[in-house]
Amino acid sequence: MSLQSNEPNEPIDKMWENHKFKMQLVNPANRRKFKVIVVGTGLAGGAAAASLGEMGYNVESFCIQDSARRAHSIAAQGGINAAKNYPNDGDSIYRLFYDTVKGGDFRSRESNVYRLAQNSNLIIDHCVAQGVPFAREYGGMLTNRSFGGAQVSRTFYARGQTGQQLLLGAYSALMRQVDAGTVKMHTRHEMLDLVMVNGQARGIITRDIISGKIDKHAADVVVLCTGGYGNVYFLSTNAMNSNVTASWRCHKKGAFFANPCFTQIHPTCIPVSGDHQSKLTLMSESLRNDGRVWVPKEKGDKRAPNDIPEAERDYYLERIYPSFGNLVPRDVASRQAKFRVDEGRGVGKTGVAVYLDFADAIKRDGQDTISEKYGNLFQMYEQITGENPYKVPMKIYPAVHYTMGGLWVDYNLMSNLDGLFVGGEANFSDHGANRLGASALMQGLSDGYFILPNTVGNYLASQTLDPVSTEMPEFEQAVQESTAQIDRILGAKGSKTVDEFHRELGHIMWENVGMSRNRQGLSDAIQKIGDLKKSFWTDVKVTGDNKYINHELEKANRVADFLELGSLMAQDALNREESCGGHFREEHQTPEHEAKRDDENFSYVAAWEYSGDTAKLHKEELTFEHVKLATRSYK
Amino acid sequence: MNLKLRIWRQKNANDTGGFFEFEATDISEDMSFLEMMDVVNQQLVKKDIDVIEFDHDCREGICGMCSMVINGAAHGPQRGVTTCQLHMRSFKDGDTITIEPFRAKSFPVVKDLKVDRSAFDRIQEAGGYISVDTGNAPDAHSIPVGKAEADRSFMAAACIGCGACVAACQNSSAMLFTGAKVAQYALLPQGQPEREKRVLNMVRTMDDMGFGNCTNTGACEMACPKEISLENIALMNREFLKASTSER
Repeated sequence: MSLQSNEPNEPIDKMWENHKFKMQLVNPANRRKFKVIVVGTGLAGGAAAASLGEMGYNVESFCIQDSARRAHSIAAQGGINAAKNYPNDGDSIYRLFYDTVKGGDFRSRESNVYRLAQNSNLIIDHCVAQGVPFAREYGGMLTNRSFGGAQVSRTFYARGQTGQQLLLGAYSALMRQVDAGTVKMHTRHEMLDLVMVNGQARGIITRDIISGKIDKHAADVVVLCTGGYGNVYFLSTNAMNSNVTASWRCHKKGAFFANPCFTQIHPTCIPVSGDHQSKLTLMSESLRNDGRVWVPKEKGDKRAPNDIPEAERDYYLERIYPSFGNLVPRDVASRQAKFRVDEGRGVGKTGVAVYLDFADAIKRDGQDTISEKYGNLFQMYEQITGENPYKVPMKIYPAVHYTMGGLWVDYNLMSNLDGLFVGGEANFSDHGANRLGASALMQGLSDGYFILPNTVGNYLASQTLDPVSTEMPEFEQAVQESTAQIDRILGAKGSKTVDEFHRELGHIMWENVGMSRNRQGLSDAIQKIGDLKKSFWTDVKVTGDNKYINHELEKANRVADFLELGSLMAQDALNREESCGGHFREEHQTPEHEAKRDDENFSYVAAWEYSGDTAKLHKEELTFEHVKLATRSYK
Repeated sequence: MNLKLRIWRQKNANDTGGFFEFEATDISEDMSFLEMMDVVNQQLVKKDIDVIEFDHDCREGICGMCSMVINGAAHGPQRGVTTCQLHMRSFKDGDTITIEPFRAKSFPVVKDLKVDRSAFDRIQEAGGYISVDTGNAPDAHSIPVGKAEADRSFMAAACIGCGACVAACQNSSAMLFTGAKVAQYALLPQGQPEREKRVLNMVRTMDDMGFGNCTNTGACEMACPKEISLENIALMNREFLKASTSER
């Protein structure tokens, strides 16, 4: 099977507009006859469900939380990019497109990224109209700040709570549709399987988290917006319940998983403090606008940071990358922090951290200005570490934050399975091998508000959709499979808890499929994960039953899928014999330890087809007509 | 440190429930409160006892999912933080900690410390939005908003919908939650066309959901992890009064 990206044959700046015009439409009166399932209520899912509801489709929306407002998009802090060029600093749609393709280290599809940049401006307009309280100047106009990988200020923000405000905007739009009767909400419901009928995605199987009941839901189309898979590392900045199960079960039903090894390690997180740690907390990239990153020049310098004189500090990002300085992209900043720690110049009790220092910014702008910009982040930092960042530099270290990989989709955001659309972090589409800061919110909302409502309609209008019912054997079989897996987990009655397995998997992933990877480590990881997976099914211990709420069982179901995904990530990383973006293969680096891409052999999307333990590779070749392939340089 | 925990366990909404005692041993002061609970739960699994169910998700204080009453205070003893941000350095060796669910008629217990807060969604559905369809909104700069109003609106919008205000209130009132949403939109030019209808519908739904009235004790503001101000309740009352006098 060959992968068709289905990019329209149009000039890139007119592609989306012309494509929309050529799409087939569903008559407003007919829309209510189509049932659309949207799984997930983050920025992509919430926005898609609300917009499809506004158009008149009959939408069913599912989320695992107790309210649609709690999806993990809410935790995004720093901001959202748009090519408005309000600061008059030379920004444009083309520049945002260019920066994003380059930032992604030339492993994304140009057409998708161009459309993303075009939609960025519509998003800001729409969110302002919704009452999202973005930061403003005294004159009443919106204000911007800078993020990594760009030399213009194009990031709109609401203090350190931009994700929260955007998500509450999407949530309020969704609640409006619930009130209007176009959207039916199913909270505390977890998707366990996709149902395919005659080669089309026609429904899902869910587990009611409260009653344990396995339910069948039929529809005309399924839209998956279930986020990323960073929790495969156990420790990440993802929410505790973020998981890959919905995507993975679709993968097992035939959807290709693209570039799974492209994971983003965010440079500014609060370092790990001990074995008890359950998750990591991000400190927004926006802090690098004013914070300066440094380590002592001397190895093993144990003096308190404020006792180390200026001349004995190494502001290494400013030294190595004079033009971008502290605002280099995330992959670069993370790798450099790791190099400093590996050299023995890390700081803090564990030696696994670097400083992020605000002393100069406070001296320049005053504490009030800094507090106005980052108050809640400083407070959060102090709460967690017990240290006051206004007085002593923050200690930070990279942590898993975002996954660029995800289910493969075409230009219409449809997977290789007819009728299965994928939006937001769950798809692979726009960020290549590295996502630039403030682009995740942009992509989620672009997919949800502006792309999916069009392309889903086009699909519905152009298909022959036979009637389906949940009584069909396809549904029954999926229920049986989901139930059998739950019974198997509960029946194992082993000796190790789910968390013990998850931690062990996370350790293997971080050590071997983390910030830097090599052939031996990746082969070892595949072996070790295989062993761990075997032991999981015989030795996992889950208390309780499936008759009522059982959080251990929820976690076990998810870890079972993370174990399989972990293997695929290692396989993908092993296959990709080059370094690009967040994927750093030690065998492929320049003498200055920068990533060395191999465009000749690896300028493709690796889309994996499920087939038991060893997945089958399909390639989508990438061509770059507008952004010339070049070595990324931020020097 | 070693701690004694008195934790409320309840099988479901119909069960009467009661306190049970647990030991938390070898707890580090760097742990978050929920990591301490994780440790206890892991030990329970090893002993074949069902884990203590509690809601949690982002563990960064922003999703609003975590919801315990700790030693009588919603989200625990510290001001301006959620349970997930509370760290064990706030406690000392030998302490006894009492942990209960949020208690309110409108928040029925699901199991142990998990409650059903869907009544908040109903309030939001009743008008917590600006009616604008996805499409071609006017350019963002065509709607200037003064910084003072924008900031006040933002302060109200910072509500995470956790329900601590309801749990802390002797009347189980949801007026801080509802007031914050009403204020966010009432303060913005975009919110004007639906200003009256919004407050009337949201307040009436709040009453229908069984939440109590406000008697100005300020317990909600004290418990609020985002320090949403009582002023929002005053603003909502004014809005409601104005809207009801002109209602036809």
